[in-house]
Amino acid sequence: MKKDIILAGVGGQGILSIAATIGTAALNAGLHLKQAEVHGMSQRGGDVQSNLRISDREIASDLIPFGKADMIISVEPMESLRYLPMLSPEGWLVTNTKPYINIRNYPEMEKLMAEIQLQPRHIALDADEIARQLGSPKSANMVILGAASPFLGIDYQQLKDAISRIFSKKGEEVVKVNLDALQAGRDEAIRQKAPADNS
Amino acid sequence: MQKLLLLGDEAIAQGGIDAGMSGIYAYPGTPSTEITEYVMHSKEAKALNIKASWGANEKTAMETALGMSYAGKRAMVCMKHVGLNVAADAFVNSAITGANGGLIVVAADDPSMHSSQNEQDSRFFGKFALMPILEPGNQQEAYDMVHFGFELSEKFRIPVLMRITTRLAHSRSGVARRENRPQNSLKLPENLKQFILLPANARRQYKALLANQPAFIASSESSPFNFLIDHADKRLGIIACGLAYNYLIENFENHEVPHPVLRIGQYPAPHKLIENLYDQCDSILVLEDGYPMLEELLRGLLNRGKTIKGRLDGTIPRDGELNPNIVAVALGLADTRGRDIPALVTGRPPSLCKGCPHIYSYNALNEALSEFYKGRVFSDIGCYTLGALEPFDAINSCVDMGASITMAKGAADAGLLPAVAVIGDSTFTHSGMTGLLDAVNDHSSITVVILDNATTGMTGGQDSAAVGKIEDICEALGVQKEHIRIINPLQKYHEENLAIMKEEIAFEGVSVIIPRRECIQTVTRRMREAKKLQSTEKVEA
Repeated sequence: MKKDIILAGVGGQGILSIAATIGTAALNAGLHLKQAEVHGMSQRGGDVQSNLRISDREIASDLIPFGKADMIISVEPMESLRYLPMLSPEGWLVTNTKPYINIRNYPEMEKLMAEIQLQPRHIALDADEIARQLGSPKSANMVILGAASPFLGIDYQQLKDAISRIFSKKGEEVVKVNLDALQAGRDEAIRQKAPADNS
Repeated sequence: MQKLLLLGDEAIAQGGIDAGMSGIYAYPGTPSTEITEYVMHSKEAKALNIKASWGANEKTAMETALGMSYAGKRAMVCMKHVGLNVAADAFVNSAITGANGGLIVVAADDPSMHSSQNEQDSRFFGKFALMPILEPGNQQEAYDMVHFGFELSEKFRIPVLMRITTRLAHSRSGVARRENRPQNSLKLPENLKQFILLPANARRQYKALLANQPAFIASSESSPFNFLIDHADKRLGIIACGLAYNYLIENFENHEVPHPVLRIGQYPAPHKLIENLYDQCDSILVLEDGYPMLEELLRGLLNRGKTIKGRLDGTIPRDGELNPNIVAVALGLADTRGRDIPALVTGRPPSLCKGCPHIYSYNALNEALSEFYKGRVFSDIGCYTLGALEPFDAINSCVDMGASITMAKGAADAGLLPAVAVIGDSTFTHSGMTGLLDAVNDHSSITVVILDNATTGMTGGQDSAAVGKIEDICEALGVQKEHIRIINPLQKYHEENLAIMKEEIAFEGVSVIIPRRECIQTVTRRMREAKKLQSTEKVEA
């Protein structure tokens, strides 16, 4: 088993909490893990990414080789495209469709979506809207993670356990909200096209 | 014991805690900051009474660590690569004084300049100082090398340089810990003249350092971090330093490279191991992050030996950090690069945070200077360097810590009037104060804007040495009290602020303007923590 994942977004959107959840689940499943993050200057509203590698065998490089990523998980649509050179031709692109516009020349949404559609395997969903409907706008991250969950190669229960563990300090209500967000994202992905094989 | 999931930086910190370190000193700088922060936040470190503090700059941190080593205890000092330039005087001379208690100097390089103004390779500094260098290839090694480094330092009574790069510093992986080693007790050097670098003594000490070089090389030859892996295809031999080894083996099934590989993690370069590889192979490929240090040594000036491939012959790009693909292409393997980035994807440069006080300060400064032609604002290193970008386009230089004030002085001396310096509070106490003294002593006509957000912002909000002291420092350095002006950088005070800026810019002499408002990030964090505290108190009540 090997999953190489690019997590993408804008500094401050909290992609590292997605990484932490997958990481916790992977460690509990006894897998090896490497995760390269971006700190420092780029965190200030710039584009950020994290290379997350999990495997049942020893991992060599902290960086995923170009064209070998199994998945791009992005909390922002334009950012999902920035890392296409990293994605394997068979890879999945799972992205939020809600743009984060802090630059003047942000591309037109229609053209952006057309580029995303070009990727043979993709899931695109408005995670902010789904989270808002659940009454917890802050959990858009977990909606995205839920949408990626059918392709992660990690048992869904492991992911749920990881969320329970990570958010347990903040109380039962917060755990529940995040689990609901996870499930909503997963349901949407399965509705769009996923083979729901619980893999 | 269960493995800990640690950043490379954190592995070094945990290594220090477990290896009997008594103190860690640093000035924040990406990608080195998390080492010291980890020790500061560690309950274990607190229980062990390990001293952890931010110095005013890298030089004071380096000297403090050297002082702790003098007293017989193990000390660590951490900085980013350009910080080693600031600490260089103390660093180079510490090789001549030597160490007493183990001393490790960590320099975190930033190839590809993710968060830096250059990509200098600290291994050259170690070589220059004639010091042993350790270069970990993964998080576990980073941890293990701290233990090894302290032993090495005490064995040869020499500080040891540990060189890491951004990629290791900010990547997480599992790390297995070792048993805790007790700290050293206070013990002065046997020779109380060891640290006196008077010429007569320095000459003796320097000869001893030179005499020790063969022993350092011998240690590299037998180092657990340097090893030759033999394989059949000897048309090519590969030298892989630090992380480069991972990028190399990533390209082969089961991580088995068909060529002989010499993996290097300790310097000075292990001569015999390199000779062994060189003799059995037709050509050599050198993979090293940073500058082509070993490659240059192997080629020599005349390059008359076997073919040496690397950054100098174009096999690998001359600049930037390595990755698995660059190594694949260098080996003649397929470039697996996927779909191109669509043309509509635009750059998203970092920007000042919403609510950042610098936003107001730059807008006001731009307005105050609007009657003059552009090109007279000298800036410095920090969040406010983002004033170079749109929509501000407010600054004209960013070179090194403190250079804003001195460059403004030089330009004013040349006749550029008015000349303005913009510097942050922490950068001011790091390296700005001495320049301000120069300007005062020389009666230069400059206006220094000290953006006081009460923190070291860019690196994540560490304590600033300047808090509560800036105007007193300026006055003590000789700036006239009536020309030290504190303003509140908020739009509602704009008229008053603008008038003050214009007045001081017009003043012929040294003037200081201090826009003072706390960093929005540290305010938010403080409020969050206060709220958390409040709710726990409620629960306890």
